[in-house]
Amino acid sequence: MENIEISKLPEILLYSLDKKRKHKFFLKQMLEVFDYHIHNCIDFNRMMTSLKYQKQDIQFVEDFPFIPVRLFKLFELVSVPKDQVLKTMTSSGTTGQNLSKIFLDKETSSLQTRILTRIVSSFIGTARVPMIIIDCESTVKNRNQFSARSAGITGFSIFASKRLFALNEDMSLNEEGIKKFLDENKSKTIFMFGFTFMVYQHFFRELEKSSQKFDFSNSVLIHGGGWKKLTSEAVDNATFKSQLNSICGLSRIHDYYGMVEQTGTIHMECEHGYLHTSEYSDIIIRNPSDFSICKIKEEGIIQLLSLLPKSYPGQSILTEDLGTIFGEDDCKCERKGKYFKINGRLKNAELRGCSDTYGESFKRY
Amino acid sequence: MEKVLKDIDFLIGNNCIKVDDLLNQSSYNVFSDITLDFLSDVSKQLLNSPFVREYPDVATFAFYCRGANLKVIKVKYNSDFTLMIGKGILFHIAPGNVPVNFAYSLLAGLLTGNINIVRLPTKNFKQVDIIVDSIKKVLEFEKYKSIFSNRIFLLKYNRESTATSFFSKLCDIRIVWGGDETINEIRKFPISPKSTEVTFSDRYSIAIIDAKSYLKILDKSKVAIDFFNDTFLFDQNACTSPQTIYWKGSIDEIRNAQEIFWKNLHYILVEKKYQLQPISSLDKLTMFYSQAISFGDIESEPRTSNLIWRIKNGSIHRDIDLYKCNSGYFNEIFISSLDEILQVVSRKYQTIGYLGFTIEELQAWIINNRPLGIDRVVPLGRTMDFSLIWDGYDLINTLSRKIVLY
Repeated sequence: MENIEISKLPEILLYSLDKKRKHKFFLKQMLEVFDYHIHNCIDFNRMMTSLKYQKQDIQFVEDFPFIPVRLFKLFELVSVPKDQVLKTMTSSGTTGQNLSKIFLDKETSSLQTRILTRIVSSFIGTARVPMIIIDCESTVKNRNQFSARSAGITGFSIFASKRLFALNEDMSLNEEGIKKFLDENKSKTIFMFGFTFMVYQHFFRELEKSSQKFDFSNSVLIHGGGWKKLTSEAVDNATFKSQLNSICGLSRIHDYYGMVEQTGTIHMECEHGYLHTSEYSDIIIRNPSDFSICKIKEEGIIQLLSLLPKSYPGQSILTEDLGTIFGEDDCKCERKGKYFKINGRLKNAELRGCSDTYGESFKRY
Repeated sequence: MEKVLKDIDFLIGNNCIKVDDLLNQSSYNVFSDITLDFLSDVSKQLLNSPFVREYPDVATFAFYCRGANLKVIKVKYNSDFTLMIGKGILFHIAPGNVPVNFAYSLLAGLLTGNINIVRLPTKNFKQVDIIVDSIKKVLEFEKYKSIFSNRIFLLKYNRESTATSFFSKLCDIRIVWGGDETINEIRKFPISPKSTEVTFSDRYSIAIIDAKSYLKILDKSKVAIDFFNDTFLFDQNACTSPQTIYWKGSIDEIRNAQEIFWKNLHYILVEKKYQLQPISSLDKLTMFYSQAISFGDIESEPRTSNLIWRIKNGSIHRDIDLYKCNSGYFNEIFISSLDEILQVVSRKYQTIGYLGFTIEELQAWIINNRPLGIDRVVPLGRTMDFSLIWDGYDLINTLSRKIVLY
């Protein structure tokens, strides 16, 4: 195969480019990324060939093809020689049995860390701060397995001057440890991080039960991983925030939206409750009936584009999430870029037909 | 022995099953007059039901079990049924997603004179209710009461129930619909040594169209409706639904035929307002890329929406049946002779829906080639038609026993 290299990703001030400049920058970079994968991943090459992909046909970012995230469960998609793969990230997704496999080399992995750091820093500052992780330590101890949860914790730990795991191994709340940690860092901003359902089930719920009072008014919480596990509890973002605020004074809470297929370019929730694209990512909402582009405020399937993936062809993916874009460049928080919300996941198909696979099965006798 | 089955919901039959009574109850003759009368009355009851118009699948069943039709079927069999009687107790496990399927399974069981225990889909379907109500009413008729009330048990139960294990041990034949996954689960429960099993596993079906003949057909919208009924009516997810279409002819003929064929189908789809589920668009896209990676010579034909995905195959791939999708995903392959498809028709292949071929040439093709798979070769538009010969089983012979006397 031809040796195609991607030029070094330029450093751009986050949330600074307006629509026109962002588009120009992103299109140019993404064309290179596509070129790279077409020449370095035989599977991706075949996919693009089947679409008759031609570089010169791409006039807009919207013209780039997208591949469904499920493909990462079905195939081992990799764009570097296997011996350059440093670690393999996995995520279960919805179907349960099959894991997504994402292959990271040194370059992609450090690029992910760099961009993640910059995005998060723009919300919590660049200084290292005391960090409370709403999880237990064993989640990150297993070095061989890079689950989305352990990767998130490790990735975000880069902001920590010191760390505390808020949960004991039995998932109970380490009240004494937290109390001590808060006392020791009274004057400082504390960075809290955790997965949304962990924060709710094992932090908020435990605080509710606890006889002790904790004051987190000096803290900022960043959480992600999705709301699916909380739908049965009927907890939405607003409830989540107000409940946490009333139980422990926590007021700076940011959700983020990211995929294991595009680690690094996460989408942070701003002070006004919207998720934001940065210069290194883009979002397009597509109509399920024909994959056409949805209008602003129209709900559809989320396509995510990221300039970071190099060791695997994850630069343009079609998720199974539903979302809505509310605008571009004009969010009240003054960040440039598209701002959007997630509305949940696509429902499983209910099909007629002879095979019971999609319907009731006798799986759990 | 009396077995009380608490976690079973009996729609027809008593939950206090007297096992000995069942075991000591003798079967009826195959195609016995009383059974034909009974089914004919069920048919009448159904056709009089105010709901039948809303459910074409119920109407089709009602039509199938009309007395006149059953008599025709009996005559066509052209055999001596004098010493042919039911095997005994049948345990039917109906598929979860085809509402009326249970009724055909039951019909086959009744025609062969058996006692029938039928597990219905746990999901609620109006069609099931309509048919169950009609059978219930006919069972109240004085002439049938004593005969059939202990021969028809229609029930629903959850997977936690021990019912599957219980009925599996009890039955003479277990009939399992619902595909590979269901069959594998059910097979964990033993049947008794003398019992047998009839299973309807996952199958793959195709269509063959002679382009020249298609172009000559005047009523092309009828072909479109026929094809719609073969495919979209059941989300292209019935085992009989064509997945791949083999077009026979010259390249020009095929190109012409394809254009008209798909345009007409699209028109019918829009007219019938087929509801494509959002996730199905992703399923199709995923399947397309999976195929692209594995085959390397496919292209997707231009399309205006996600309703119909057409995949142009550059060559014939033997494992194309692994790339089975639903809700309107069609592989297309050009052939110049039917013999080209012999290399793919494995045991998994069930139905060929044909258009523009004669019965004579298809018969010659089968006799000359004896394909590994293929149990049904039927005209397009009729791939879903029920027949007492299904998946290669002659249900009348399979569900009955012949007593030898000489």
